[in-house]
Amino acid sequence: MTRHLISSADLSRAEVEDILETAASMHDLQRREVKKVPTLRGRTVINFFFEDSTRTRSSFEIAGKWMSADTINLSAKGSSTSKGESLRDTAMTVDAMAVDALVIRHNASGACQQVAQWVRCSVINAGDGTHEHPTQALLDAYTLRTRLGDLDGKHVVIVGDLTHSRVFRSNVITLKTLGAKVTVVAPPTLMPSGIGAWSTADGFATSWDLDPVLDGEGEHGPVDAVMMLRVQRERMSGGFFPTPREYTVGYGLTRDRLDRLVARNDGVLVLHPGPMNRGLEIAPEAADSPQSVVLDQVSAGVAVRMAVLYHLLAGDDTPAPVAATPVTEGAAR
Amino acid sequence: MTCPDLSASAQSSTDRSSIPDDARDVMTEGDVSRALRRIGHEILERNKGSEGLVLLGIPSRGVPLARRLAAGIEQVEGRPVPVGELDITLHRDDLRRNPVRTAHRSRIPDGGIDDKVVVLVDDVLYSGRTIRAALDALSELGRPRAVRLAVLVDRGHRELPIRADHVGKNLPTSREERVHVRVAELDGLDVVRISGGEAR
Repeated sequence: MTRHLISSADLSRAEVEDILETAASMHDLQRREVKKVPTLRGRTVINFFFEDSTRTRSSFEIAGKWMSADTINLSAKGSSTSKGESLRDTAMTVDAMAVDALVIRHNASGACQQVAQWVRCSVINAGDGTHEHPTQALLDAYTLRTRLGDLDGKHVVIVGDLTHSRVFRSNVITLKTLGAKVTVVAPPTLMPSGIGAWSTADGFATSWDLDPVLDGEGEHGPVDAVMMLRVQRERMSGGFFPTPREYTVGYGLTRDRLDRLVARNDGVLVLHPGPMNRGLEIAPEAADSPQSVVLDQVSAGVAVRMAVLYHLLAGDDTPAPVAATPVTEGAAR
Repeated sequence: MTCPDLSASAQSSTDRSSIPDDARDVMTEGDVSRALRRIGHEILERNKGSEGLVLLGIPSRGVPLARRLAAGIEQVEGRPVPVGELDITLHRDDLRRNPVRTAHRSRIPDGGIDDKVVVLVDDVLYSGRTIRAALDALSELGRPRAVRLAVLVDRGHRELPIRADHVGKNLPTSREERVHVRVAELDGLDVVRISGGEAR
């Protein structure tokens, strides 16, 4: 059976801990002179990015290369997609070249789930629309665990544009899998509809008001880490908040808010999945403070993606040889 | 994604299950400790002292054995010997034949391994494939002056041109037999037992 990583919910707690443990050994590699292991020699990984990306694409590429896999980058602009080829035809074309894994970023939610039904190779979701971004959640969990130890009972606050954030969705799932408490904060216009149903779940709370949560007066008490989400200008067709300035006043991690956080807990961590809009959702003082682990997140990205590739590709579940299995007809649509 | 069996991945190839009842003792606690003491002396003799020595245990049971060898050598020489552990998971040649194993961190002593005499320590030497992987893993960490191999049990049936420099006990076995090593640090007792095959 081919294995995929489409959603953070695909991973049990044991699997997440396994990946993070492996990632720690991969992280050691980055400090070595020879940053390469032969583990995935002969495997081919295609990074298919239908959306722009710097860190996710480059870290998947580096991860594959350091594991000795052959990695190839494709983007929508330079591929047949720009000639009007459908996602299904593109995916099946690539799959027919007997690749082992397809890393996909797509602007449509659910695109990876669809592709996984069409192909024989492993599919890794590198961000699909506003749905999920499971490797980002894993690297955030890795970063948090490196600093905070076991996340069981730790309190993480996620602030920002929840409606359009795949990072938030995957992070809530992975953090809950690891036993952490999560409070999500957003203006009412950016709070996903239906989130009320989630908030009844144990260890999960929502708030429209940032300051009481940061002051430890929310449902989950004192804060161990704050994750600021990017205000996604490309998804802002207007009307979610009056002005950027007003967003910053209500929901930005300003210098003043950072000072109050540190006064309560000098070990508090500030995370941001990047790219940052300095001065909008996060003040430069917060982004560059000792509390900030933004660059740790980037550095963990390669190690965590190596661990994911390892767990999906290194085992005995080799994909069926090409031409042996016809694509099942039910999956055609 | 299938769930890797955590309990199995943490165990060495000599320990896939509990020891069967028909197993026979081949080394007792006293035998193990005498063998380790002798190996410690052999290492020192061969190296003409502990200068430049680094002991690296191969998980899981090579690690406590390496620590004990280091402690024994320190007793004799009066100064500590760097000791670490070398995880070889990423260099195994049977990764595609087995469920995914969790890779663990290698712990290399501060001085590194460049121009040192590295002694690899493992519990059982069998096919030699683990040691082949360990040699590959080492070459990525640096360039030792020499690499030697110390094992508690050599059971034969090599599949690669690899031999041990220091052996606790040479144990002629058939391929049908299983050698079980238990060490106090991980299993609560020191013993080497053999099971399966025909009683000899």
